[in-house]
Amino acid sequence: MNALHSFYLVVRRDPFLIVCAFFLLIVVLLACVGIHFTGYTYDQISDASLLKPSRHHLFGTDLNGHDLLTRVLKGAQLSLGVAAVGTIVSLTVGVTYGMVSGYAGGRIDNLMMRVVEIIYSLPTLVLVIVLVATLDGPAATLFHRLGITSIPPRLFLIVVFLGLTEWLTMARIIRGQVLVLKEQAFIQATSALGGSHLRILMQHIFPNLTGIIVVYLTLTVPAIMLDESFMSFLGVGVPAPLASWGTLVADAAALINPIKSYWWMLIFPAGFMTLTLLALNFLGDGLRDALDPRVRK
Amino acid sequence: MTALIIRRLLQAIPVLFIVVTLTFVLVRVAPGNPFSTEKKMPKEIMEELEKQYDLNGPIHHQYEQYLWKIVHGDLSISTQYRNRTVNEIIAQTLPVSMTLGSLAYFLALLLGITGGAWAAVRHNQFGDRGIMLVALLGISIPTFVSAPLLVLLFALKLNILPAYGWGSVDQILLPAFCLSLPFAAAIARLTRGSLLEVLKLDFVRTARAKGLPENDVLFRHALKVAILPIIGYSGPAAAGILTGSIVIETLFGIPGIGPFFVNSALNFDPFMTSGVVLVFSAFLIFFNLIADILHFVVDRRVKME
Repeated sequence: MNALHSFYLVVRRDPFLIVCAFFLLIVVLLACVGIHFTGYTYDQISDASLLKPSRHHLFGTDLNGHDLLTRVLKGAQLSLGVAAVGTIVSLTVGVTYGMVSGYAGGRIDNLMMRVVEIIYSLPTLVLVIVLVATLDGPAATLFHRLGITSIPPRLFLIVVFLGLTEWLTMARIIRGQVLVLKEQAFIQATSALGGSHLRILMQHIFPNLTGIIVVYLTLTVPAIMLDESFMSFLGVGVPAPLASWGTLVADAAALINPIKSYWWMLIFPAGFMTLTLLALNFLGDGLRDALDPRVRK
Repeated sequence: MTALIIRRLLQAIPVLFIVVTLTFVLVRVAPGNPFSTEKKMPKEIMEELEKQYDLNGPIHHQYEQYLWKIVHGDLSISTQYRNRTVNEIIAQTLPVSMTLGSLAYFLALLLGITGGAWAAVRHNQFGDRGIMLVALLGISIPTFVSAPLLVLLFALKLNILPAYGWGSVDQILLPAFCLSLPFAAAIARLTRGSLLEVLKLDFVRTARAKGLPENDVLFRHALKVAILPIIGYSGPAAAGILTGSIVIETLFGIPGIGPFFVNSALNFDPFMTSGVVLVFSAFLIFFNLIADILHFVVDRRVKME
């Protein structure tokens, strides 16, 4: 099924999805382009601490006098970036694992699915916290030696490990699809014509999985975003002075007190984050309803 | 069935072994030192401390000693919270986390199943759309966003619930509710989808045909079957509540195990970190086993392999 046509099918079912897609596009544009036009940088400190939203600071300022709008957009950059790259990692692992497991079948399949079940029953996020906390130092040394400065080592660890925890559902679903696909006549024909396993997997099975991959891709992005913000909130996430939506909400939550309310600190990052997650989940749900053959009845 | 339970329990041992080994070795190999302080410490004192905690010598030696203690049910002494054994800390904090977690779990089931069933009965009507929108919100709003907002509303503006602390009944309500929200939402979506499927089945038509009131059809026949996927979801839900409670405990100042865990992982406390990971993993494996058994008992079509 070609991508444009499936998108048309989806949108015809639920026009609201266009609004979601449009909103996400705007957030991405703001995060990548808009951030350069706020008049401040995300790590620019000033004396103007905890100012209410005004003409100069549309979203107000935080405790250190950072312009909150710039921080929120920086947070968008990081949160979306981590989610996007993490999703690619999880996608690669999940799809490969699921395809091999389903295609191999029998004992190998049994064993591989047993491993998935075991990982399912472990507190993976807790393990990721341990991994990131402990490997932070070694990764920093390694990055320093290799001369990599463009990405903080901790951010790299978070992306990789979150990607490596969120592939289980994808692997299961892909495996289920492959189990069905591999029994179909055209696969058996290719096999009879002497097509190698790799060829069958890549040229004949994979193209039939793209629809379902897109669906679970859309649902993995918000899952990883939530995980990242969760870790940032606990202080195991992106390092200061960088900001993610998780750290911004954490900053705001630390200032909650009965005497004075700094509502803008909480509302703006939390609002942006919730709306983005909502749009992503909406889009994923809509795509699944339209494209997943098991849901469509 | 018994053989299966025994096999699963035996299988848990190597898994727990791998998890503890991984955690301990990682924390010890990491360049951070559990005893380092702001001030520079004389080398002799550091060595003496390491010796006291059995953290001197080569790593495999330290690990052997630790493993030996674990086998005897001793999780060693925390390096972060000096003079307190990990067993003692866990014994004090785990019941708190468990109370919070199980209440959240119960709330999630109650709200989720009620909401989901309510929505399914009004399929595609206004009520259904409304509930599903709320459920999607529940899945999308992280607990650390909903919690401060609810605190702002109920504790600081309306002043009817405390914002902080632990011990009394009103103090547990807000955190348990916040913790349960995403899972209530997920369960509502599951219940609705599953109930919609079940309501199309023949036995439901038969029940209606013999003249049962719609409520009886729903509660005595359909819901009983529709609830099966929720048992399947109970494992992931337990894992989610467990990690979610770390944030909730931090936010509400609840003396549970979560804040201890994060603090010890960040400060390279090998015993506390490994101990908590061990307890968490063991709990989840056990919980998943129970869910599987329950699934088998309730649904005879499931084969226990």
